[in-house]
Amino acid sequence: MPTPTKGPRLGGGPAHERLMLANLATSLFEHDQITTTEARAKRLRPLAERLITFAKRGDLHSRRRVLTVVRDKGVVHRLFTEIAPDMDLRPGGYTRIVKIGARKGDNAPMAVIELVREPMSAKKATVKEAEAATRRAVKQDESKKAAAATKDAEDAQVEDAAVEEAPVTEAQVDEAAAETEGAPQDLSAADETATTEDK
Amino acid sequence: MAVPKRKTSRSNTRSRRANWKTTAATLTACPQCGANMVPHIACPSCGTYKGRHYATAERSEHQG
Repeated sequence: MPTPTKGPRLGGGPAHERLMLANLATSLFEHDQITTTEARAKRLRPLAERLITFAKRGDLHSRRRVLTVVRDKGVVHRLFTEIAPDMDLRPGGYTRIVKIGARKGDNAPMAVIELVREPMSAKKATVKEAEAATRRAVKQDESKKAAAATKDAEDAQVEDAAVEEAPVTEAQVDEAAAETEGAPQDLSAADETATTEDK
Repeated sequence: MAVPKRKTSRSNTRSRRANWKTTAATLTACPQCGANMVPHIACPSCGTYKGRHYATAERSEHQG
């Protein structure tokens, strides 16, 4: 969950801010890239990423949730059919903010916020997820050093599996998980890897 | 309403204003075109940032 915003609302009040962010989100999904002030871009980012998460889910309920913010059906259709498939393997971080210096009139710091639509390869995503799982596991294991050996063995298996096909990987990870039932935190990490590959 | 009792002297005014200073901006060379640029902001002369091009970042002399 994103951190709650500190400080005053953008615009004249809470309703004004909601409208402004909704309009910014609509423009972002329509054009892929918009230029706005840094403050607005930073406020828009969590909202836009949440909407993309809904779009990735793709069912009717999530579409209705998105429609409460983005009122334009055409834009929502584009979000669900064109943008969401590109974000399929990307585990968050769907937008990119680049600062572009100050505006002339009022010296306001400006930024470009854009959707990260470069395709993410399946292998890279899997490796990243595996690395993240390893980091999490290491963090949890700092107190328990006994489970370290089993974790290393399992990590090796996960990385080997990442090279091969997704269904095979899932089966292997399940096996690995079954083997390492002694360490419940490793089990959860392996399960997460498996669920990512389901997509 | 509370009001100042005395006029602020020229001396006080000037010594206060003497501390309004500007600081030099940190500058680095753009890896793309070599021009000076502020770090973490797209280059104003060629508009690139981390290998990507942003046309809106380009500034001429007059645009400031």
